[in-house]
Amino acid sequence: MDINDLRALMTVVSFVTFLGIIWWAFGVKANKARFDEAAQLPFSDEAADRAELGLSGLADAARAKEGKAP
Amino acid sequence: MPEMQATYNYTVIRQFSVMAVVWGIVGMLVGVVIAAQLVWPELNFSPYFTFGRLRPLHTNAVIFAFGGSALFATSYYVVQRTCHARLFAGPLAAFTFWGWQLVIVLAAITLPMGMTQGKEYAELEWPIDILIAIVWIAYAVVFFGTIAKRTVSHIYVANWFYGAFIIAVALLHIFNSAAVPVTLFKSYSAYAGVQDAMVQWWYGHNAVGFFLTAGFLGMMYYFVPKQAGRPVYSYRLSVVHFWALIFTYMWAGPHHLHYTALPEWTQSIGMVFSLILLAPSWGGMINGVMTLSGAWHKLRDDPILKFLITSLSFYGMSTFEGPMMAIKTVNALSHYTDWTVGHVHSGALGWVAMVSIGSLYYMLPRLFGKPEMYSVKLITVHFWVATIGVVLYIASMWIAGVMQGLMWRAVNPDGTLTYSFVEAVKGSYPFWAIRFLGGVLFLSGMLIMAYNMVRTIRGGQRVDAPVLLPAAQHA
Repeated sequence: MDINDLRALMTVVSFVTFLGIIWWAFGVKANKARFDEAAQLPFSDEAADRAELGLSGLADAARAKEGKAP
Repeated sequence: MPEMQATYNYTVIRQFSVMAVVWGIVGMLVGVVIAAQLVWPELNFSPYFTFGRLRPLHTNAVIFAFGGSALFATSYYVVQRTCHARLFAGPLAAFTFWGWQLVIVLAAITLPMGMTQGKEYAELEWPIDILIAIVWIAYAVVFFGTIAKRTVSHIYVANWFYGAFIIAVALLHIFNSAAVPVTLFKSYSAYAGVQDAMVQWWYGHNAVGFFLTAGFLGMMYYFVPKQAGRPVYSYRLSVVHFWALIFTYMWAGPHHLHYTALPEWTQSIGMVFSLILLAPSWGGMINGVMTLSGAWHKLRDDPILKFLITSLSFYGMSTFEGPMMAIKTVNALSHYTDWTVGHVHSGALGWVAMVSIGSLYYMLPRLFGKPEMYSVKLITVHFWVATIGVVLYIASMWIAGVMQGLMWRAVNPDGTLTYSFVEAVKGSYPFWAIRFLGGVLFLSGMLIMAYNMVRTIRGGQRVDAPVLLPAAQHA
């Protein structure tokens, strides 16, 4: 087998893999729930959001530790 | 027990965020200087501050110092927050910061001295290349180590983009920088002739695709949903978006070498893959913009969202323009003209800088324990100054570029050239002046940002947000 046949084969394999990924993402209904769950990840740590905006008890504690009024 | 609770590592993020703004100002200032040199050639002070030496300093500073610092900062932030885990190997993360700063300082010293490998966006000499490789591998260890210790089951899509960016840049940098050292300050490429050119533009275009796109799409997939307060428009589309980019970007490089000694079939492959790239680019752009669907009113009074969504508009524009310019017949007109420079800046200023600026405005108050930036009004001012700057820049370069291309190709009936080269230079002057003005505006925006940042940091409490406890994970 010529090396160029392997190169052509590689392109075909890549393309079929990509079609498989599209099917996996849009065709498999069972995956919908997993994707919805993953999409919520940026919103799953409210406590950290509050703390970094200086809105939680943790921030007050840090201020007190440095001897500053909250 | 707040004392006992683990916190996210924000120290390294603070450092990178502040330095992103600082290097942004430095890099864009050098850009404004070289833009001025084209209008007023007397500004070329020999030999250290000539255009030829300052131009690579500008590109390196804005891409690797400004863009790089913004990527380090946001990736460290996003990976911790979406993995619910503290950064892996804290001291190694600190090493990536100091190592990267050292690389930048070395670049700022060696490039004006004229030490260069002569490869675009890969000018730095071999000892610095080795340092970059070491820092980059440390970055990969910290990033993927954090993903490995995540306490949630999913790897959020932004992390896929950041991860691909880290792996691809390591691969590109190591292969393209392969060189035979002659002295400490001089080396020659390991490749020769057209192979060298192809390796360079395989690197060069993927530096655009992975350094300047994938990482910044990581920003888009985290900060746009966060700032808009709603999850990404379609997570399934984001999965396909990711893999489509990965499968196609690697093959687009040859469009930088149209009508050269590169075999014609290779040029055609580069052109075809560049055209295919339009689909994933626009898929991703639409996914980001449509995240705002049903909440468009937020765009009216939230300048951070303005930055993020406008950046996506510029991304859409430049990823339409790019494939068109990769068509050989169009490229015959556009190549080597200022059209290319305009295209690059519509991507670099409009997309890369604006999405970084939006993300930094999101992070800065949070990193310093403030509910918002010192002045939200100044963010709005920054937005408009920057937008007008970009529009002036790219519009003037389009006109200058098309004009140059048409003048260079014009021939008289007897086959001689209609215009001498210097006539095209003369015709370009007014547009170079407008470009200078656009650059000054964009730089002014960064200075406004720096002022706003300093006022935000002053008196702020540096609170490291607590890592979410595993028990609370599904609350």
